[in-house]
Amino acid sequence: MYLVALKMLFGDQSKYMMLVSGMAFATLLMAQQSALFCGLMSWTYSPLVNISASIWVADSKVEQVNENKPMRDTDADRIRSVDGVAWAAPLYQGIVVARDPTNSNFKFITLVGLDATTLAGAPGRIVQGTLDDLRRPGTAIIDEFAVERFSEGRDQPIGVGDLLEINDNQVEVVGICDVQRPFIGGPFVYTTYDRAVSTYAYKSRKMLTFVLAEPAAGLSPTDVARRIEAGTGLKAFTREEFRWSTIRWFFRNTGIPMVMGITVFIGLVVGMAISAQTFYSFVLENTRFLGALKAMGTPTPVLCKMLLFQSVAVGLIGYGIGIGITVAFGRMALSTRQIPYAMPWQVPAIVLGIVLLISSVAALGGILRIARLEPAIVFRA
Amino acid sequence: MSTVTRDAVQMRGVDKYFGEGDARTHVLKTTDFDAPLGELVMLVGPSGCGKTTLLSVLAGTLNADGGQVSVFGERIDQMKPAALTRFRAQNIGFIFQQFNLIPTLTAAENVSVPLLIQGKSNAVALKRARDVLERVGLGHKAGERPSKLSGGQQQRVAIARALVHEPRLLICDEPTSALDRENGTLVMQLLRDVARSADRTVIIVTHDSRIYRYADRMAEMEDGRVFRTLDSAVAIAAEHSGHG
Repeated sequence: MYLVALKMLFGDQSKYMMLVSGMAFATLLMAQQSALFCGLMSWTYSPLVNISASIWVADSKVEQVNENKPMRDTDADRIRSVDGVAWAAPLYQGIVVARDPTNSNFKFITLVGLDATTLAGAPGRIVQGTLDDLRRPGTAIIDEFAVERFSEGRDQPIGVGDLLEINDNQVEVVGICDVQRPFIGGPFVYTTYDRAVSTYAYKSRKMLTFVLAEPAAGLSPTDVARRIEAGTGLKAFTREEFRWSTIRWFFRNTGIPMVMGITVFIGLVVGMAISAQTFYSFVLENTRFLGALKAMGTPTPVLCKMLLFQSVAVGLIGYGIGIGITVAFGRMALSTRQIPYAMPWQVPAIVLGIVLLISSVAALGGILRIARLEPAIVFRA
Repeated sequence: MSTVTRDAVQMRGVDKYFGEGDARTHVLKTTDFDAPLGELVMLVGPSGCGKTTLLSVLAGTLNADGGQVSVFGERIDQMKPAALTRFRAQNIGFIFQQFNLIPTLTAAENVSVPLLIQGKSNAVALKRARDVLERVGLGHKAGERPSKLSGGQQQRVAIARALVHEPRLLICDEPTSALDRENGTLVMQLLRDVARSADRTVIIVTHDSRIYRYADRMAEMEDGRVFRTLDSAVAIAAEHSGHG
C-alpha cells in the first residue's frame, strides 16, 4: 500500500512539486542560516583555531578570546611556577592600524606578538617565506586576508619583502600564512612579543594579553588550568572552555543569534505553512479515493501511515535538495573566503529532525480528516 | 454468531437516523431486506428514499442505529470496527457510480489494490489483476491510466477491481448511470454472469430502468422502507414494461 501511496503522490505533479519546493526552501533557509551562523561563530574564536595551545591564561575578568584586559609581564613567570605547567609563553593580541607606505592606505589589523624564543602560538601553515625570519628585527608575517586587504590599489599584490608601517614603525613582510580570519578586528599580523609591546602596539601600563601554557606529561589541561587559577588568581581556560565561553559571550552580547534564529524560525514557519496547506489540499482532492480505499477494507491506521509516508517522503526529498543547495552555496562561500560558513554534522541532523517534524505536522491535518472519514462517503455522488 | 442461511444478506427492522435535534431525520424506518445467494438484486426507488443509505449499511460502511444486519450469517452490526474492516476487505467488492479509480495508477495497479489491502505482495497482486482484466476484456489496457480509458472501460476496470479478491458479495452503486446503452449492457452482462457463474450475490442500487431486465429480484423502496420485492424476471418485466 505504501507503493500506492507514493504513486498517488508522485502522480499529482503540481502538488508534489509544490510540496518538495516548500520543503527544499525551508531546508535551505534553516541549513544555510545555521551554517552561516556556525561560520560566523567560528570566526569569533579564530585565535583559538590559529594558535595551538592547550591552556589560555587571561585576566580574571576576561570572558572571550577577543577581549584585551592586559596582565603584568611577571604573570607569565607566576604561571610557569605552578606545579604541573610544562611551559608557558606570553602572547600579545591587540588591534592597531597598519599603513601601506606605497599608497598610504591604512587598515586595522590584529597584531599578535609571539614569544621570540619558542615562537609558541605561531601560525601552523606558512604559504610564503619562513617562520624563522620572524626572529630578524623589524619583521612580520601577515595572513592571506592581509594580502587581500593591503593589495587593494596596488599594481602588484603585497608579498614577502614588501614593507608596512605599524604605529609609524617600518615592518618588513617575511612570510604569508594561512589562518582562519577573525570576526573582530582586521587581518592577523604576527611579530615577536617584545617588538609588539615595545614598538608596534599602543602603549599602556600592562601589555600582556594572554599566557599560553601546556600541561606536564600525564596531566589533563583542565586539571592544570584549575591549578593555575588556584595558584595565581588569573582565569585559565582550556581551549574548549575558551571556545564555548567566547560563543556564550556573543550569544549574550550581540543580536547575531537572534537575527539568525529569526530566519531559521521563518524557514520553519514557511516550510510548515506551505507543506501543511498543500498536503491538506492534496488529501482533500484525494478524499474520494481514500474513502474508496477505506470502504474496500483498508484499515484506518494503514491509511494514516500512508499519508505520513507520503508527507515524510516529500520531506526527505525536499531536505535532500535543500541540503544539496546549501552545500553548493557553502563551497562557493568557502572559495571566496569572504562569507562565514561552517556546517558541523549537528546542522544537517537538527534540520532533518525539523523537516520530519514539519512533515508530521503537515500530515496531521490529513490524518485527522481521514481518521474521521466515513467510508460511506463513496456512495455520495 | 454464525447461522446457516441461503440469504447472503438479511436485514431486519433496520433504523438509521441522520442529524441531531430538530434536524434529525429518520432515513431508514425499521425496514427489512433480503438478498439470496447467486442472485442479482436491484434496489430501486425515488431519489431520497434511502437506497444508498441501505446499501451503505448492508456494506458495513455505515452503522445502523437499530435492527439486525447479517451478511453471510455474520452479524456485521455487532462487529467491532477493525473486524468489520477486515470483513469488508475479504467478503465485499465495491463498484461505484464514479468508478473511483485512482488516476495516478494504471488499470492493473488499480485492480490490484484489494489484494494489496489483504497483504498480498505487489508481484502476486499485479499478476492476478492482469488475469482478471483479461476476463473483463481489458487485458490489453492493463498498463493504461484511467484517463486514457473510455467510461465503459473504466467501469469494467472497476468491476475487475471488485472481483479480483473473489468476494462473495458485490455492492454496486449506480454502475451504469455514467455509461451509454452499449457500455451499460456490457457491464450488466458481466455483473449477471458474475452472480450466476460464481454463486455470488450482486446488489445494485440504480435509477436506470434500462437495466431492470437483468435483475433476478427487485426490491422497491419508498420513504425509508422496502415496501415490495418482485422475485421473478417475468414479474419485473411486466411491472416495469413501460420503462424498458
